[in-house]
Amino acid sequence: MNAFLILEDGHVFPGKAYGSCRDVISEIVFNTSMTGYTEVLTDPSYSGQAVVMTYPLIGNYGVCLEDMESEKPWLSGFIVRELSRIPANFRSDETIQSFLLRYDIPCIAGVDTRAVTKLLREKGTMRGMIAHTETKEALDTDALLEQIRAYHTGDEVARVSRREPERLPRAGLKVALMDYGVKENIARCLHARGCDVTIWPASTPAEEVLASDPDGIMLSNGPGDPKEYKEVIREVRKLYDSDVTVFAICLGHQLMALALGGDTHRMKYGHRGANHPVRDLRTGKVYLSSQNHGYVVDEKSLPETIAVPAFENVNDGTNEGMNYIGKNIFTVQFHPEASPGPHDTAFLFDRFIEMMNQKKAEERSGKNA
Amino acid sequence: MPKHPEIKKVLVIGSGPIVIGQAAEFDYAGTQACRSLKEEGVEVVLLNSNPATIMTDGDIADRVYIEPLTAEVLEQLILKEQPDSVLPTLGGQAGLNLAMELEEAGFLKEHNVKLIGTTALTIKKAEDRLEFKRTMEKIHEPVAPSKVVETVEDGAAFAEEIGYPVVLRPAYTLGGSGGGIASDREELETILENGLRLSRVGQVLVERCIAGWKEIEYEVMRDGAGNCITVCNMENLDPVGVHTGDSIVVAPSQTLGDKEYQMLRDSAFNIISELGITGGCNVQYALHPESFEYYVIEVNPRVSRSSALASKATGYPIAKVSAKIALGYTLDEIKNTVTGKTYASFEPALDYCVVKMPRLPFDKFISAKRNLSTQMKATGEVMSICTNFEGALMKAIRSLEQHVDSLMSYDFSHLSEAELREALSIVDDRRIWRIAEALRRGIGYETIHRISRIDEWFIDKIAVLVEMEKRLREEPLTEALLREAKRLEFPDHVIASLSGRTAEDVKELRISFGITAAFKMVDTCAAEFAAQTPYYYSVFDGENEADPASDKKKILILGSGPIRIGQGIEFDFCSVHCAWAFEKEGYETIIINNNPETVSTDFDIANKLYFEPLTPEDVENVVRLEKPDGAVVQFGGQTAIKLTEALLKMGVPILGTSAENVDAAEDRELFDKVLENCGIPRPAGHTVYTVEEALEAAHSLGYPVLVRPSYVLGGQGMQIAISDHDIERFIENINRIAQDHPILVDKYLMGKEIEVDAVCDGEDILIPGIMEHIERAGIHSGDSISVYPAQDLNPEIKAVITDYTARLARELHIIGLLNIQFILCDGQIYVIEVNPRSSRTVPYISKVTGIPIVKLATGVILGKKLKEMGYEPGLQKEAGYYAIKIPVFSFEKIRGADINLGPEMKSTGECLGISKSFNEALYKAFLGAGIRLPKYKNMVITVRKSDRPEVIPIAKRFEALGYHIYATDGTAEDLRAAGINAETINKYEEPSPNLMDLILGHRLDLVIDIPPRGVEHSRDGFLIRRNAIETGVNVITAMDTAEALITSLENRENDLTLVDIARL
Repeated sequence: MNAFLILEDGHVFPGKAYGSCRDVISEIVFNTSMTGYTEVLTDPSYSGQAVVMTYPLIGNYGVCLEDMESEKPWLSGFIVRELSRIPANFRSDETIQSFLLRYDIPCIAGVDTRAVTKLLREKGTMRGMIAHTETKEALDTDALLEQIRAYHTGDEVARVSRREPERLPRAGLKVALMDYGVKENIARCLHARGCDVTIWPASTPAEEVLASDPDGIMLSNGPGDPKEYKEVIREVRKLYDSDVTVFAICLGHQLMALALGGDTHRMKYGHRGANHPVRDLRTGKVYLSSQNHGYVVDEKSLPETIAVPAFENVNDGTNEGMNYIGKNIFTVQFHPEASPGPHDTAFLFDRFIEMMNQKKAEERSGKNA
Repeated sequence: MPKHPEIKKVLVIGSGPIVIGQAAEFDYAGTQACRSLKEEGVEVVLLNSNPATIMTDGDIADRVYIEPLTAEVLEQLILKEQPDSVLPTLGGQAGLNLAMELEEAGFLKEHNVKLIGTTALTIKKAEDRLEFKRTMEKIHEPVAPSKVVETVEDGAAFAEEIGYPVVLRPAYTLGGSGGGIASDREELETILENGLRLSRVGQVLVERCIAGWKEIEYEVMRDGAGNCITVCNMENLDPVGVHTGDSIVVAPSQTLGDKEYQMLRDSAFNIISELGITGGCNVQYALHPESFEYYVIEVNPRVSRSSALASKATGYPIAKVSAKIALGYTLDEIKNTVTGKTYASFEPALDYCVVKMPRLPFDKFISAKRNLSTQMKATGEVMSICTNFEGALMKAIRSLEQHVDSLMSYDFSHLSEAELREALSIVDDRRIWRIAEALRRGIGYETIHRISRIDEWFIDKIAVLVEMEKRLREEPLTEALLREAKRLEFPDHVIASLSGRTAEDVKELRISFGITAAFKMVDTCAAEFAAQTPYYYSVFDGENEADPASDKKKILILGSGPIRIGQGIEFDFCSVHCAWAFEKEGYETIIINNNPETVSTDFDIANKLYFEPLTPEDVENVVRLEKPDGAVVQFGGQTAIKLTEALLKMGVPILGTSAENVDAAEDRELFDKVLENCGIPRPAGHTVYTVEEALEAAHSLGYPVLVRPSYVLGGQGMQIAISDHDIERFIENINRIAQDHPILVDKYLMGKEIEVDAVCDGEDILIPGIMEHIERAGIHSGDSISVYPAQDLNPEIKAVITDYTARLARELHIIGLLNIQFILCDGQIYVIEVNPRSSRTVPYISKVTGIPIVKLATGVILGKKLKEMGYEPGLQKEAGYYAIKIPVFSFEKIRGADINLGPEMKSTGECLGISKSFNEALYKAFLGAGIRLPKYKNMVITVRKSDRPEVIPIAKRFEALGYHIYATDGTAEDLRAAGINAETINKYEEPSPNLMDLILGHRLDLVIDIPPRGVEHSRDGFLIRRNAIETGVNVITAMDTAEALITSLENRENDLTLVDIARL
């Protein structure tokens, strides 16, 4: 079956339909990772968005279910140049075609993804639609454009976050992981380092989380415009005030800034890929990072007495992380959990654990004294 | 970290002559690095013996020494130039070995010279097998169970322990030279014995065979602050077992998930951090196809062939960035010149697929074994870019210029199914064609995978192409089908032959459907940022983004494709200079080429680069878009010349010598007329098509005769025939590939060969100099030692040559370059060949005379006169130096190739000896070519009766130098009769101890074996030559070469005078 990608500026790209034949309207964003489409498909941060893969050959190694970053794909649609006919990897559980179909995700293949990417780069992130019909003529473009332009992302965090807390028991430090759309690998990274991880729904009141007496709190990544989540921000402020060690990633990083009166703004087309260089402002060292964000913290909006920048993007100088003054709190815009992408900043999880241990040691010596 | 202020003068070591395993990629890397250093205000001193390179140009480095790459020369140069630093990581293994030699001897330290780029310790850790293994074990990076051995016995014992098959890798050799896979004790002994001798340190690694695993490479960079990035990774279609230089390689990897990709990336960072690499580094892995198990195969702590490929595949200039890192910059301080926005501290994102294919020399070495293993055999490579793998593969295939344009080009349909299954296990350059045939017969992916170990993903892609062949054969050619065929990069004429139409019809049809090529940009960032570098590739499934708008006149420069024997780096030199000259004249320059190793395909050489096959259809795609004002074909070798007719059909004016005149020089009958008009004699000859006609011609001329196809380069298929039997064999060989043009049969004259390059502006000619060959006619000019200025010619002969050149230039209406080969025989000058284009000798003669020939040629092509440009026409005054160009061969790499020299070119590269004295120049030339004598002062002479009078004085001179001469019975007797103390040695077929034992005993310096002309070479002679070459003994097959060698040895001096050609 034929399908068409319609962008809000009126551009129409033809392609072939795979997966679901539902027509969907969403934001259209592009990701430049050359590997890791399974992780992209199942990253809840893409809720409300259809993702254009700039790498043209997708599905080559099939889908390995253990690579999923959440229980299912959350994105609205998948836009690619070519899907591989066969999966060639010993770990592959199924073809990408069957995976998309099984989870009812519309995919359009055969699209000139580079041309789409250039449009998004020039005009900024747009809304768009994957529409299913045999011919372009059959599309009532004007009516569809009206629908497309009316689209707004909703409460995506509420959509993707867990309904019930979940615990990954282990003997070590107790970490409360706030699920705003968490990628499983954040939990895996903590668990692999010996942490006892409880993943809490986004709507959990701060009091309840704190009552579980965690050694540290991890604020996860997640979809959407951070400013929309006023209630969550209020709870994050309480976590800040609690004095518990906090490490936040991506949306969590933005929510913390907003909780302290800072500001975020929408980027023209965001950072989505596995090759974004970030500079550690303390050491000057540069790391390659995995990124997926369309909003960024305006670092000047936070007084230096509250927080100072810790990382910056080497390419465009945007903020990539903050250290909170007088607090055991640090936040990063990029994804140290990778998946997909480079593991260069995985040491941040170790830093988090060190901070929790140190705090614990201080408290113990405080008690003893 | 800013640049180290103490680095002011850097000595860069080049890689020397082009040999298999070390080719043009080092000119590309070296040129880029030198420019990058100069950009930083550093004074650059360059040492490289290869005159055909761009890096040895006066405008690339400040001081240029085209001198032999030996430790002695390097020491002397350091004393003379007093650089503060040496950058050794750009000259391949040759440069690295040389720098290490000086470092180990303490010379660098003693003279306060630093190795920059990478420290000696790093090099040792990466290159020394034991050190490497120890280091990998320390950081828990797995290496295949292995042991470094120094004797065959130890090797055999270890192989018994870990079990056959085992891989053998000699330490410190080029392109895996001397390595191989042994599946039993006998094979082990043969390969190991050879490998031990070839290794600089007499060590060979015996290791568990991991053949069949996925072969994955990572190109990584690290700066002095410890920042690491991956430029790209690559996956070999051919699993472990085939040298990566001989493999079909795809970038990025295709069958690895993010988990595998990142696992190996982590490993590569772990390794380069431990080794302390500063600059580019290549890490090769074997990855188990069905687990996460992997082994590190090898680490190259320098730029390499793979890094050149990675640079061209991604747009990331590894050599340039490496040079900046060597100066102290960190990755985040170095701007990405492609985007102008981002920095070198990022990882390129590709939104296309790149395929590299090796250019193998089996068309030159018909007798050679085609099988591929861990010893590299390719002389060059092609790269192609497309949005799909199938298309990239199809483009790469037709870029090879080996009469292949699809997966049907090698026909295996005659094999029975059983034979075909059997043949699937053959690992050679035609493997994918056999797989295609197997798929046509319905043999399953699994079976093919089981036999070949090639990943099913690649097999499926080959199947896509095979299915398309079938559809084109069987279905009506609808718009949709045609669109899909073009997306997969089927050329029009292949579609035509499959669908029973003409190529013209197919072209018209697709244009009527609007199916035309579009061009996409290589921008390092998958369109995330607006890029400023116009580097393009074609696709049939997307929008065009190449903007043809220009306020300048546009000139199309056609490159010369892959490096092959007969068409090497020299044409790239010419193409690059042509681009520079046109740019200076205010033109917009557009280069089309497909060779990832060369300078011409660097993104900042031409104003626009189209990375495309050089076929008429592909060139036309560019022409349709760009509508150039003219094209230049005379700098791109035969590849470009062959496109002349097609360009004219497209309506592109050929600048310079017109197409008819190109034809007049190439077409025998037209050329005869030209010579007749000029009153210039040539050896008598005839044009023929069939064996019968050839025999008739040969009989009327009398043997020996020279047989060759017309319109070829490097003497392809050219042979000297001495009998009817020879003629039959040669014509059959030539006609194996359909000929559009006749075959030439000429009387063979045994005289002195003379060569000139000239620039003609339509009125006047300029001859920079006359070169003469040391070897008499019959040996291809590219394989002969060439001397400038010619020293055996009297003024009258020089005047005749100048006059003939002028007459020919005028008669052929040459505008631009002209190369003529003459024979001087019995006092008479004959013309044997005229090439209306640039030649192999242009770079060398430009450099030693200081006359910028390509620039002048470009000037005249643009309508300027030589006089206007400040040059007095005619033969130029001789330079005050002798410059002797000597060929360099890669025979030891090509098993089964006959090393006997003849009219068909066999050398892969060349080097230069330059000096005020002829003898020193000659000595330097031999030294540069790697003939470093004496060692043992033992030699073998075996020549026919008729050659003995000539060999006797030569033998006497060797004896006078203290050589002990062995000879087979007849030769020995005659030598003794002449008073030479020659020792008789049994022939190969005679009982031991015989000649073979002597060769294998490793006590020989030299074999002089002069085979007779014609086909009937004795097997004895062939085996002597092969065995000698493979055991590292120098072999000379021409009397004149032998004489030159003894002359050079007699005049050997310890201290050489080094000449800075930038300041001649």
